Amino acid sequence: MLKCRTVWKKLAPLARSSSTLCRQNVKRTGLNNGRIPTCVPAANMSTGPGGLGGDNLKYTIMVGAACVGSLTYAYFLLKGDQKRYQERIEEITTRSQRSSKEEAATVQSEPPAVEATQTEAVPESVPEAAPSPEEPSPPAAPAEEPAAPAEAAAPSETTAPPPADEPVVEAPPEEAATPVAAPVVEEEPSPPSEPPAAPAELAEPAPAGPTEPAPAEPAPAELAESAPAEPAESSPAELAESAPAEPAEHTPAELAESAPAELAESAPAEPAESSPAELAESDPAPVVESEPAAAAETPTAEPPEPQPEVVAESAADSTPASLKVPSHSPYLLIGGGTASFAAARSIRARDPGARVLIVTDEPDLPYMRPPLSKELWFSDDPSVTETLRFKQWNGKERSIYFQPPSFYINSEELASAENGGVAVLTGKKVVHMDVRGNKVKLDDDTEISYDKCLIATGGVPRNLQVIERAGEEVMKKTTLFRKIEDFKSLDNVSRNAKSITIIGGGFLGSELACALGRRSTESGLEVIQMFPEKGNMGKVLPEYLSNWTTEKVKREGVKVIAEALVKSVTCKDDKLEIHLKDGRLVKTDHIVAAVGLEPNVDLAKSAGLEVDSDFGGYRVNAELQARSNIWVAGDAACFYDIRLGRRRVEHHDHAVVSGRLAGENMTGASKPYWHQSMFWSDLGPDVGYEAIGIVDSSLPTVGVFAKATAKDTPKAATEKSGTGIRSESETEDTATSPVASVTPLPPVAHKDDYGKGVIFYLRDKVVVGIILWNVFNRMPIARKIIKDGEEHADLNEVAKLFNIHED
Amino acid sequence: MSSVRQEGKDKIIFVTKEDHETPSSAELVEEDPNDPYEERGLILPNGEINWNCPCLGGMASGPCGTEFKDAFSCFHYSKEEVKGSDCLEQFRAMQECMQRYPELYPQEDEKSSSKTSQDSTEESGANSTSASEQDSNTSQPDTESTAES
Repeated sequence: MLKCRTVWKKLAPLARSSSTLCRQNVKRTGLNNGRIPTCVPAANMSTGPGGLGGDNLKYTIMVGAACVGSLTYAYFLLKGDQKRYQERIEEITTRSQRSSKEEAATVQSEPPAVEATQTEAVPESVPEAAPSPEEPSPPAAPAEEPAAPAEAAAPSETTAPPPADEPVVEAPPEEAATPVAAPVVEEEPSPPSEPPAAPAELAEPAPAGPTEPAPAEPAPAELAESAPAEPAESSPAELAESAPAEPAEHTPAELAESAPAELAESAPAEPAESSPAELAESDPAPVVESEPAAAAETPTAEPPEPQPEVVAESAADSTPASLKVPSHSPYLLIGGGTASFAAARSIRARDPGARVLIVTDEPDLPYMRPPLSKELWFSDDPSVTETLRFKQWNGKERSIYFQPPSFYINSEELASAENGGVAVLTGKKVVHMDVRGNKVKLDDDTEISYDKCLIATGGVPRNLQVIERAGEEVMKKTTLFRKIEDFKSLDNVSRNAKSITIIGGGFLGSELACALGRRSTESGLEVIQMFPEKGNMGKVLPEYLSNWTTEKVKREGVKVIAEALVKSVTCKDDKLEIHLKDGRLVKTDHIVAAVGLEPNVDLAKSAGLEVDSDFGGYRVNAELQARSNIWVAGDAACFYDIRLGRRRVEHHDHAVVSGRLAGENMTGASKPYWHQSMFWSDLGPDVGYEAIGIVDSSLPTVGVFAKATAKDTPKAATEKSGTGIRSESETEDTATSPVASVTPLPPVAHKDDYGKGVIFYLRDKVVVGIILWNVFNRMPIARKIIKDGEEHADLNEVAKLFNIHED
Repeated sequence: MSSVRQEGKDKIIFVTKEDHETPSSAELVEEDPNDPYEERGLILPNGEINWNCPCLGGMASGPCGTEFKDAFSCFHYSKEEVKGSDCLEQFRAMQECMQRYPELYPQEDEKSSSKTSQDSTEESGANSTSASEQDSNTSQPDTESTAES
């Protein structure tokens, strides 16, 4: 009220002046005409509508027009969103057909957790009805609206402002208003009364409020975007959609689809039902139970019916188990990678006759990753993609698998084996973890109880948003490199494509670029590498070294495009076009995205484990323990390093060290993370380095270099120690002493030739990281220096300890 | 002579062999032989065998792990004049087990396995603290490897 007054007061002078102008004009005409117009005196503040017309009228008209215009715009926007939303749902449903089981499984784990929470009226809830395989909850959501909001909803519905306020309520434009929709509709609108800004946020937190937050989140987001149209319309529309969808999709194969359909239907039925409905996808039992309960409220003899059918189907489908899953395992390791295998070995060594079960969603037995981006590419064997054997520099061949299949025992035999053993369950994903009950649930609904559990789920490669948004065509020509199948597919692509672009200048990107660059010399393949930093390994190596390394990479046959930020990617004439932010355009056949790893923390929610916000991954203590009986190791563990502070390390040796430590602690050792892991990288045959600790290019560094001789190459290092994997050379090479060869060196090393040396990374004057640049078999000294954590006045003196001039 | 250059926050030093000939004045902290946190070699300070030593590869954890542990322990604690002569039974059992898994324990290794296990115990006495790195190479034929038995 007062505000209006002040505003008007401000406008008044303006009004006055313009009115004066008007008057003057009139006067002029008057004079011209010889008549004095009888206008309202200038001094009056014309607050009334009839007042000096022009201005007020103008303002009213303008404001009115603006309102109408914005409303119209919003309406069309929402309508468009609705359409887009529907298309997306269709896309999802087709996608879900391919991976229905997994979706079901994941969703299932979420509902239980979600149900427990949320009951307050969430503004947006309703839209959830959207049936999407990944989001069974949405359907549930609408139904789930708590009773309380229902009442409020009715009045609020009417007061709800136009579309802008109803983000959530959006449902696909299908309008088959069913009677059931009515109660739901009422519930839905309750939130809409909240400010429009909320919708976006609401969509996030718990889309429908009571039920599943997690699955619901994506749904609400979409819903929010889709045109809210009108509360009354939207809710029925959503429900309507699920209804028609449901009858159409009752095929055994399409569990995922039918589940959403059912869910959609059940949603209208009732809140109670909806949650069970969601579970129905992968959990026949709960669904059956919920059905009777659901029957209580609204109509829908129908929705419950399809459910049992679906349940039956899913039940049938979920037990094609060719592998019998053991019901209990004393040691359960989730994830079948390097950390898991190291832990298995450690447990078996320390606990005689231990029974260890590894559960992995990959189809392969545990294998090591480094050769996938290095040695396997240098192999001369044309069948390398099948055998996965690589020849080390010294000629010795080995497989990337840690152990051949005969090392492991069958999971059925695990309980009965006299001396225990290690069993691997492939192709099974753990979707839910019950910490209080000490058991986990797999994606096929079987449960395994454990005494001690290790989570070593690693991570999934990150993708660039521009690529994800670019559509199906671009995604088909993009590789996210991590597993054996990615190696196989990239190998195939490299033999057929003319040009490959690697986005990312870190370890993986640079190694792949060098490996493919090597191949390019033989086959004429064009290899491009682009990254936002100034040089390869820009976040690891100090600038001078990063520049030097980039030159080396270029010499391997790679076209390096530095300081490149990708703006968009399009597919034209079966070729990809990458548009950079600075205007450059790169045309290529295939993209490899090596832009980081997203740690897999899917189980955090169900297990109640903390996730670290700075580094990602599960937060564990110095002994790698998350909670009693649960440890985490490898890429997924954000642990406390007593010397270097909290960190998360994504390297091979760390996976081994932390896996081994976790195994020790699972068998009662209670040792903290103490032995520093190292890592290494090779960039072609001339440049190789080993590193330890925190190696971040933003830290101040001190580099001590000598000139490299022919003896100082990675090739020479492995030949001498007789091992293939660099980190092994330390253990195996215990008894031999370094050969002191005196080779005369030029008096002053060439200024820009960083042949070999040691680089110290300092934090508060203490060495926290060391790189041994083309200097090998000196890791124990480096480890000692970091462990001491002393402030050294002259790092050149410390560098002397490494004997960089000798072999 | 060494040359020093500063590039922003990074210092670069080039040194010749002569520069590094004088012994280092850097001081390292004394190692505590009984530090419970440290990684141990094959033989622990209390005389027991560290089955988790990476130097053993997968010998103690594989299908023949139990047999291997029996044979090796017997050998380790054997007080006979010819060390291990009272352990023939255990070694035979171990070899029999290994013959059942030729993929894991290739033929060449079997003959040398008992021999190398003797070698490794002697060696491990000499170096009790080996920097144990990851050991992923277990049963591949590499007769030249030292401690892997």
